[in-house]
Amino acid sequence: MELMLAVILGFMIIAAIYAIHAKDLLSAIIAQGFVGYGLVICFLLLRAPDIALVQIVVETITLIFMVAVVLDSTRKELDVQVDRKQYRIAGLSVLFMLVLLFYFNRIIAPLDGFGEHSMRMAEAYAEGAGQTGAINLVAGVLWDFRGYDTLGEAVVLFAAAIGVVTIFRLTGKN
Amino acid sequence: MWGMSVIVKKITQLMCALIFVYGIYIITHGHLTPGGGFAGGALVAGAFILLILANGSEYVRLKKQEEGSSMMESAALIAALVLASSGLIAGSMVFFNNFLPAGIPGQLASGGVIPFFNIFIGIKVAAALLTIFLALVIYREDISK
Repeated sequence: MELMLAVILGFMIIAAIYAIHAKDLLSAIIAQGFVGYGLVICFLLLRAPDIALVQIVVETITLIFMVAVVLDSTRKELDVQVDRKQYRIAGLSVLFMLVLLFYFNRIIAPLDGFGEHSMRMAEAYAEGAGQTGAINLVAGVLWDFRGYDTLGEAVVLFAAAIGVVTIFRLTGKN
Repeated sequence: MWGMSVIVKKITQLMCALIFVYGIYIITHGHLTPGGGFAGGALVAGAFILLILANGSEYVRLKKQEEGSSMMESAALIAALVLASSGLIAGSMVFFNNFLPAGIPGQLASGGVIPFFNIFIGIKVAAALLTIFLALVIYREDISK
């Protein structure tokens, strides 16, 4: 199974690199859809049908949206001219990332080593999830122990919908 | 917005109700089987989007539908928040407190407040996706005018 997972992940990485560099935007979207549906197969192989179901539906709807947008506008990618100022900005951002990496390294130093999981929270979830009365333990964790997480997800979708409605309004109220 | 050919319309009329009922099933059985509010809500929104894409719709009705769906979205999010904060009043003072009885595991009426959260979030996700779709369609109609 791990070999199959590695093969699919390799194809997904190739498709993602192609999606960035493709000159035709429609083929970039198709490559991006390959990444999304590859993720569905990965979730199924890892026995997570909940997330696979969400991923397959959301991926399909977003693909339809993006294909509609590309067919309505242009299919060609813009030519971007790189001048000296942008090299300076790129250098600065690399420096900033290195500083961040240094402090991140110091923050994660007291945590467990790579590959050793701290199972304290997971054990508490596994023992407590049965008390919620929901047979689907994922739903129990999602709506009881980690309700803030799920509320945040819902608010993100709400903000996205408000943003789209606000941006795509030609006839204002005033 | 123009509709599609007769074949597409007929198949859509046959399939749409099935997709809608499957979405409702996924939402209401979220605490028993894989799925839940997010997946079921996306399915319900997909049924509506399929209907509008296949049959087409006139501008005035689209505007009305967008108003209704954005209102539904806000109402469902507020209902979920009220349900979450009602845990502050009932029982121990915890946000997201599961104050209803757990019931017999495996039955439809079990899990306390979890099924209600699933239903509210299902309505919210369906309305949000439908609102985004309708906003894009209305923008296109506005431009072509």
